[in-house]
Amino acid sequence: MMKKRISKKVDSMPPSGIRAFFELVLGMKDVISLGVGEPDFVTPWHIREQAIYSLEQGYTSYTSNKGMIELRRQVAHFIKNRYNVSYDPEDQVLITVGVSEGIDLAMRAILNPNDKILIPTPSYVSYEPMARLAGGRPVLLPTSIDNSFKLTPQQIEQVCRKEKNIKVMLINYPCNPTGASYTKKELGELAKAMKKYDLIIISDEVYDELSYDFDHTPLSSLPGMKDRVVYLNGLSKGYAMTGSRIGWACGPKDILGAMTKIHQYTIMCAAITGQMAGIEALRHGARAVGDMRREYMRRRRYIVDALNNIGLDCHMPQGTFYVFPSIRLTGKDGMTFAQELLKKKKVALVPGVAFGKSFQHNVRIAYAASYEDLKEAVKRIKEYLAML
Amino acid sequence: MDEILEILSNDARLSVDEIAKLTGKSKAVIAKDIKKYEKNGTIVKYKTVINRGLLKDNGSFVMALIEVGITPQKDVGFDYIAERIYSFPEVTGCYLLSGAYDLLVMVEGENIQTIADFVASKLSPLPHVRSTATHFLLKKYKEDGVVLKKGKKTKRLNIAY
Repeated sequence: MMKKRISKKVDSMPPSGIRAFFELVLGMKDVISLGVGEPDFVTPWHIREQAIYSLEQGYTSYTSNKGMIELRRQVAHFIKNRYNVSYDPEDQVLITVGVSEGIDLAMRAILNPNDKILIPTPSYVSYEPMARLAGGRPVLLPTSIDNSFKLTPQQIEQVCRKEKNIKVMLINYPCNPTGASYTKKELGELAKAMKKYDLIIISDEVYDELSYDFDHTPLSSLPGMKDRVVYLNGLSKGYAMTGSRIGWACGPKDILGAMTKIHQYTIMCAAITGQMAGIEALRHGARAVGDMRREYMRRRRYIVDALNNIGLDCHMPQGTFYVFPSIRLTGKDGMTFAQELLKKKKVALVPGVAFGKSFQHNVRIAYAASYEDLKEAVKRIKEYLAML
Repeated sequence: MDEILEILSNDARLSVDEIAKLTGKSKAVIAKDIKKYEKNGTIVKYKTVINRGLLKDNGSFVMALIEVGITPQKDVGFDYIAERIYSFPEVTGCYLLSGAYDLLVMVEGENIQTIADFVASKLSPLPHVRSTATHFLLKKYKEDGVVLKKGKKTKRLNIAY
């Protein structure tokens, strides 16, 4: 008998349930897409120009494993300036290939086989599989539309009492796919519960620049939290630099040291062109980020109002460029809704079930699309609803 | 800049209703503010940016930038002579600048000859005009903050997490 070629760990991972739907979208032409998890803006020109210049200057080599010191200094300076949290660029900042790598490194650095990790849902699709690949046991914690998809400290306490020995918790805010975020006060309450159960927190704050109703507060800036939080952020969303693949991890030295060990053997370093672009972005990108944020804010107001007007129950999210409306009134599940809308009206969005099993009756709409496209998409969704 | 102006300067066709939705302000407030801007001259005009390069009769259109040196006059400075220049309908733009010359005048005409005639018979003979240097425009790349070349469609995939 032939040997089993694929490792048990990978073999036992369920394939993505919506891969087929994605293929369907990718194979169709002239689709208005509200299904994209990245900005519709291209990287601001001054940043692209700097990347081009760096190539002209011959910056084509490896960099330090941790990332270029100039970039790490910029990151530390930025976080200090903006949020008043101090990280030493020498051994508390690591440049990663996007936040995705940061999550993988943090999980692998912290989790022992069968350690439990708490993951609120709906959530970005990679958290659970990455936790499993790292040997951990994900404990899912669903949030509800009744609380605008926000976690409560009671939920954390409850699950920590029930499931003994949860070691790690992942949190992502503003949240993909719901846009939910937390005020400083709300975070303070969550932090109390996290401290009470001695959790290490992996905090994915990649949408921090896209916070609309209040200033973003990093979890690590709260009293007593810095030593238990791995803070993850990057340039993809706020700076429209998804393709540059530049993220960073900041945190306590022991965890960052362990993450750096894995990073140096697996990745070596993030691409130098992206790092050079990143230095420029953090130095001079504030204006472009502000312009994009204001544009997203306007679209957010439009899309929430428009969706509610055509009968889809949609809460007002505090950040990101996503809304997560309920489609319960159609009597259909999100997958059917998404497939029919695609086939009949050529509008693409992502079924909620991609972000957690219990979100059968939601869809994720990304309003990272032009106002004209949003208007046309809403018109078509309305026409589709009228056909039901 | 007020958000209403920011929105209108990008798309002047948006209705009060739409701007209200985009900004989260009431329709009444938006309507009142727009009226105010129109009345006090902040909003001068609503116009369309046209790429003439794509028109069939593109050949019957020439544009020139003219550097004009002026001797400023007591009491009225440059304003008096500027008014005499920008009042010509051929003049589509007129700016006072610091530096080697004084006024930058933009002129449109049917062909090079019409513009040459304008310079020779109207502009140069004006009192206090010391010098002119005429530059004919060869190609417009960007106007009013808008790149005239039609942008390529976005390169991102149609769906992603």
